[in-house]
Amino acid sequence: MIVGERKPLGDILDMIKDYKKVLVVGCKGCVTVCNVGGEKEVGILASSIRISRKKDGSEITVDERTLERQCDPEYVDQLKDVVNDYDGIVSIACGVGPQFLAERYPDAAVYPGINTQFMGGAVEHGVWAERCQGCGACLVHNFGGFCPIARCSKSLLHGPCGGSGGGKCEISKDVDCVWHLIVEKLAKQGKMANLRRLIPTKNWSTSRDGGPRKVVREDLKL
Amino acid sequence: MRLSYPTNVKVIQVPCTGRVDIIHLLKAIEEGADGVYVAGCLEGECHYLAGNLKAKKRVKYVKKVLEEIGMEPDRVEMFNMSSSEGPRFAAVAREMTEKIKALGPSPVRSKL
Repeated sequence: MIVGERKPLGDILDMIKDYKKVLVVGCKGCVTVCNVGGEKEVGILASSIRISRKKDGSEITVDERTLERQCDPEYVDQLKDVVNDYDGIVSIACGVGPQFLAERYPDAAVYPGINTQFMGGAVEHGVWAERCQGCGACLVHNFGGFCPIARCSKSLLHGPCGGSGGGKCEISKDVDCVWHLIVEKLAKQGKMANLRRLIPTKNWSTSRDGGPRKVVREDLKL
Repeated sequence: MRLSYPTNVKVIQVPCTGRVDIIHLLKAIEEGADGVYVAGCLEGECHYLAGNLKAKKRVKYVKKVLEEIGMEPDRVEMFNMSSSEGPRFAAVAREMTEKIKALGPSPVRSKL
């Protein structure tokens, strides 16, 4: 899923400080699963905004909506009858949400309520970790199922480097050295010979280095 | 026991403090409550194992929200007591009332 973190409340309040009527829009996709932008979080953010503004004696109307997804036009469309009623719209979907809203409603003032972090998963309740960097050419099968692009601080394809110690990366004792994990796993599986293979220089043009990307499926186009 | 506690404390019963969510605490503040506290079972003695521990974390979250918007985090509190501790229930009600009185009325309510 795409994992995000709510922006500091002060930042969000500052974005909408001149507004009297605001719509907080959540998303039932990834951000619901990582508990940052679903229906529940829409309620919490809306209530927090109302409390803050009441406290300051500058009342605001904050309405709440949660769309099925904010990354599909048909769901974004569902706001078309109400969007003009608001001075501002705060989207707490990933970075795609506010962009899709702003594209669909060019006259609306759309603000992001979330800082989108990474593609990852829940490693335990309340803890999410990065697993994919979207490089556009998956290689994890070469590395025991671990991704050195996303999980090695240097994205090394032939690791580990000298910064690996005690299973941790030199950048932080909280960061596992993924190359340590790769070597441990392949050794256990008796597949250390895999690591003798030279992985050719990675073609980064499939990643962000190739510019903004697009996927086209002719069979699905209407 | 015929114990008395301040009449300004309004009790809302829930089956377990694990039912108390962030939004419930925020709504109380939003609607003008001067303070809100959760009275849960003793830690380690939750009938549902961890309801009171979850409530404690949610109270902490709400404290942070209040802090972020410039309100006193002490307006939200968590207390633990066993169901047989009537005197403690009354004492906590008095303690919280005193604390909130010292903080003064909620700025949310006074501006309404």
